[in-house]
Amino acid sequence: MSGEQIEIQVIASIVAAACALPGVFLVLRRMAMMSDAISHAILLGIVLAFFLVGDISSPLLILGAALSGVLTVSLVELVNKTGLVREDASIGLVFPLLFSIGVILISRYAYNIHIDIDAVLLGELAFAPFDRLFIYGRDLGPASIYVMGVILLLNLAFILIFYKELKVATFDAGLAAALGFTPGLIHYGLMGLVSVTAVGAFNAVGSILVVALMIAPPAAAYLLTDRLPRMIILSVLIGVLSAVSGFWAAILLDANIAGSMASVSGLVFLVVFLLAPERGLAAIARRRRRQKREFAGRVLVIHLLNHEGTPEEARESEVGHIEETLRWKEGFAKSVVGYSVKRGMVLTENGRLRLTEKGREFAGRSVVEEFIA
Amino acid sequence: MNSEAAITVEDLTVAYGEKPVLWDVDLTVPSGVLMAIIGPNGAGKTTLIKAVLDLVNTAAGQVLIYGESYQKQRRLVGYVPQRGSVDWDFPTNVKDVVMMGRYGALGWLKRPGRQERDMALAALEKVGMSRYAERQISQLSGGQQQRVFLARALVQDALVYLMDEPFQGVDATTERAIVSLLQELRAQGRTVVVVHHDLQTVPEYFDWTALLNVRLIASGPVQEVFTEENLRLTYGGRVSFLRHGEPNGAPEAEKRTGERGI
Repeated sequence: MSGEQIEIQVIASIVAAACALPGVFLVLRRMAMMSDAISHAILLGIVLAFFLVGDISSPLLILGAALSGVLTVSLVELVNKTGLVREDASIGLVFPLLFSIGVILISRYAYNIHIDIDAVLLGELAFAPFDRLFIYGRDLGPASIYVMGVILLLNLAFILIFYKELKVATFDAGLAAALGFTPGLIHYGLMGLVSVTAVGAFNAVGSILVVALMIAPPAAAYLLTDRLPRMIILSVLIGVLSAVSGFWAAILLDANIAGSMASVSGLVFLVVFLLAPERGLAAIARRRRRQKREFAGRVLVIHLLNHEGTPEEARESEVGHIEETLRWKEGFAKSVVGYSVKRGMVLTENGRLRLTEKGREFAGRSVVEEFIA
Repeated sequence: MNSEAAITVEDLTVAYGEKPVLWDVDLTVPSGVLMAIIGPNGAGKTTLIKAVLDLVNTAAGQVLIYGESYQKQRRLVGYVPQRGSVDWDFPTNVKDVVMMGRYGALGWLKRPGRQERDMALAALEKVGMSRYAERQISQLSGGQQQRVFLARALVQDALVYLMDEPFQGVDATTERAIVSLLQELRAQGRTVVVVHHDLQTVPEYFDWTALLNVRLIASGPVQEVFTEENLRLTYGGRVSFLRHGEPNGAPEAEKRTGERGI
């Protein structure tokens, strides 16, 4: 592994971790789309700040970008408050406007400087190691490691310091306000962080992929745990994992690094979405099937109980007759009978089903439960 | 302190856009009562509670808690929001949610610790939910969620409680348990204000009531103001109401039994 490759992976991991942290709260607040809006709208802030200071590497650009991110959020809320459009529509109205003004300004006045549209959308992670930090002529490594490192620490500090406030404002904004925690302040603090993170990450991975790294790892982590601290840690791990394996996928496929990173984070989410132990699609389908069979087993014993000792008993308990009276498909009826026999609820005798003592008791209890419920 | 009114609402008007939700409401809640706020849908019951908690912008008027603004008296007030107002899929457990009731007393930055945990467990014990302390909140039934919210309010250790439909979607057993808890709070000298929907139970559960329909129709001791006349004024002509003490003419001002579950 070359030194540059290691440096790129370190940068990518820091970016992924820095994105995942505020991403957790965006996902929990159902504001995933806001990351999309902010990561685009910051372009305008960067361009305007550049016009103001005339230096593309000035830290003031980050400030400008963060301000335009916060401006986006307040504009979205303003449009939303009119009640004339829904929130998703307000997001969709506001950020393309700000983004396109940014694009027009670049193409009109800044075509000769180092902001080009491709870099804005996709970033240029491969070139990140070339932009190095020198202090007194000593090479201290790629500048983005330091920029993103500071942003990562900032995010970490914010979440650690305001963990309690973030939690209550996210779970129950009404209570947070009543307790005096001004959820609006916490909201804008978080949005400011998202903006700053997006600016930093935007240099490395571009504005579209920032969204992938902010949303996909927390969304996957959300399906894997039901504790907030674990969700935060898992999001960071999944993000870093996606970043590193995305890098190697890019080398293998000779493709854009940032694109591969985002694809891997999407793939990880897909796998989790399908296979998560309790909340994955497969687990849910399995649970539904089991519940359906359990319920059908209950129906079967109640049916048998209802006809026990009546003149129709012989006919109603015929193995071949069950699917007809209960309107079940043949295969399903067979599996339900098999399941009930296995659980010791019924037994088959001369082609007829008979309730066991346990089955009779279970059926009686089920009937009572249904009445109470 | 207790000689003063717990809550004083003066000339309160709240409007969403041009539509007034509360119209010049004057209401005094004496200290130590258990009060039901009743009124039809859209009468502004929830808004009234939120106005007391300073959660909505008021167009006019003010609210005082023991003679001072809510900002000054925040720590005296406990709040139980509507159960449906939060996301129960949030990744946390029961004990954690109850501990949030202590956040106000902790203030900014201070972390909850052992003392907060013990208080949360004690409150859960009180509402009969100690077995569920470590349970993920998405796995709770409606009644259990309601009891968790109640436990969270208990750890606030407030003098004045505001509860928005604490009986909503709760079974009969839980409802009785909650009522005796509320009466216990009153017996300790605390003031409890409840948004309530079931008119049948008002005289049994509460000693004080306010009838609200955008304007305040009446407020006072239940036996004085919970009258057919006032109910008709509150609910409009849709109500055919009974006389007091008539056992079979159960008042059913609103067909809302479905909402309370069976």
